[in-house]
Amino acid sequence: MLELAIKGTKRYYGWMAFLLVIVGIGFLLYLKQLDFGLGITGMSRDTSWGFYIANFTFLVGVAAGGVMVVLPYYLHDYKAFGKVTILGEFLAIASVLMCLTFVIVDLGQPRRILNVWLYPTLHSVLFWDTIVLNGYLFLNILIGWNVLEAERNGVHYQAWLKPLIYISIPWAVSIHTVTAYLYCGLPGRGFWMTAILAPRFLSSAFAAGPALLILLCLIIRRVSSFDPGREQIQSLAKIVAYAICVNVFFFLCEVFVTFYSNIPEHMDHLKYLFVGLQGHGAYVPWMWTSMALMVLGIILTVNPLTRKNEGVLAVACVVIFLGTWIDKGLGMIAGGFTPSPLHEINEYIPTAPEIFIALGVWALGFFVLTALFKIAVGVKEEVQG
Amino acid sequence: MDSSRRRVLQLLGLSSLALTVKPVFNAFAKEEAQAENTAAIIERGPDALTAKQWAMVIDTRKFETEEELKPLVEACHKIHNVPHFEDKRHEIKWIWGTHYHNAFPGEGGKFLSEEVEQKPFLVLCNHCENPPCVRACPTQATFKRESDGIVMMDFHRCIGCRFCMAACPFGARSFNFRDPRPFIKPINQKFPTRTKGVVEKCNFCAERLAVGQLPACVEASEGKLAFGDLYDPASSVRELIGSNYTIRRKQTLGTEPSVYYIV
Repeated sequence: MLELAIKGTKRYYGWMAFLLVIVGIGFLLYLKQLDFGLGITGMSRDTSWGFYIANFTFLVGVAAGGVMVVLPYYLHDYKAFGKVTILGEFLAIASVLMCLTFVIVDLGQPRRILNVWLYPTLHSVLFWDTIVLNGYLFLNILIGWNVLEAERNGVHYQAWLKPLIYISIPWAVSIHTVTAYLYCGLPGRGFWMTAILAPRFLSSAFAAGPALLILLCLIIRRVSSFDPGREQIQSLAKIVAYAICVNVFFFLCEVFVTFYSNIPEHMDHLKYLFVGLQGHGAYVPWMWTSMALMVLGIILTVNPLTRKNEGVLAVACVVIFLGTWIDKGLGMIAGGFTPSPLHEINEYIPTAPEIFIALGVWALGFFVLTALFKIAVGVKEEVQG
Repeated sequence: MDSSRRRVLQLLGLSSLALTVKPVFNAFAKEEAQAENTAAIIERGPDALTAKQWAMVIDTRKFETEEELKPLVEACHKIHNVPHFEDKRHEIKWIWGTHYHNAFPGEGGKFLSEEVEQKPFLVLCNHCENPPCVRACPTQATFKRESDGIVMMDFHRCIGCRFCMAACPFGARSFNFRDPRPFIKPINQKFPTRTKGVVEKCNFCAERLAVGQLPACVEASEGKLAFGDLYDPASSVRELIGSNYTIRRKQTLGTEPSVYYIV
């Protein structure tokens, strides 16, 4: 089926070339980072994780979000989603690929990465995160590819895939749960130390992932003869609506516990993010923008009039994607590290090279995503005849 | 694709999977054996000082000004090749002085005496008995030495993921954001310099203990710091802890720091 990714229109080649240019820029800057060290980023002794890990965390969510089309189809026999499950699985592949790349880009000694498996450490959550992420990648490649190939050949997919498909559903939940455990099990980091962190991660994942999927479906309908379907898009939109509501609700639970309990170590991080602390407030406008975007997203997706209008729905999806990205990407990491364990404030601002390297990783992911979607859509067009 | 080619590819895939999985199984089988391995990173000489759990007592009453901390900090940073960077983001420190409310956030009441507000408190790695950094490290590059409880770093194994820095509630760890060597003057040839991309921190002078010397900061403190075995009732630290009111940093987190402060 790979041949389907190679043959395409001028527009397709142009888009892929554009992505490769961005990958190239990112790669050159990464070479600089390899040479100089992570000092070219804005990270510091106090904020020892930054933009890379933030994007990693967000993208784990997008990857897990793919399960929102797989689950209704395979567990509830919701037939309409049969048409788009492959898109969810391929989105998961591209997202996990970006996640893994972000982790590698963030390492101080990337050449030693195999030490994680040479000296497997069962008490380290990071070890388990590599297991669940690679496992999820493997499952989705195996399932997505084989099911699509079977569809192309007009046969039922292999029987041995069925248990793997069922396993992939809780596995999707596991990748974001384990990723949340990276943070919420750390003593002395008040902002992250909340049992609701994994549920919060999952709710924003199930909003951001399907929102991106809706946008991709709308694009596919424009650029190919395959229509993912109005019903499918509307069902996804309802999932997005519920998930974004739950996400904001979880956040408000967090706010209540933090401020009603009045414990400074927990309040200071939220204060830093939303009103500024001791004169530092670089994230204040970002966080309020994020809140506004998520609330707007709720209004647009919950209201049937706006949800059913696909133009407005597209806007809603962009709004929700950006809102959750700021919340989880920017705020979650910087907010957790500031103030520091010694209650000092050294603000983290990503540098230009850091942002371009991150863009390069995104472009790499979208390059793979485009190729995979090209294959999937190509097969769908063939089958339609 | 014909079926034999497919079969070969499947076999290749399976065998590479088996190769990746093997070390994981090994880990289940020999986790204890590995812990013993790491115990002998620094070879002990005949005069080596030993303990069940090394601990430090800092008599904060005897320190008045930042000036008085300087010799201790310098002694440590000099022998351990800790670089000096102008850019605060790249800063590396093993031991330093900070304000009371930074060393013990949430502990101090209102209207503290001028003296407590002003004077510096020495902070360093606490060599916790339940170190969260060791729990977090995915490669055991940081580990708690079984023989004497020192939380150590293997600079050659560290992959630079900085999970330990997020896990440490005391901000004790630094990361080499760039090559430190041009910023070390002069280099002490008896202690390794680090490469860029690895984490480092205080090692309770494991290399000095191995040859019968006390930690450099203790030696430079002229009696203001005491060092000894926490589990030896006759040790100097136990005597001080038993006869003075001492506090530890963030005791409620349950990490069991081994650095005690007489206040």
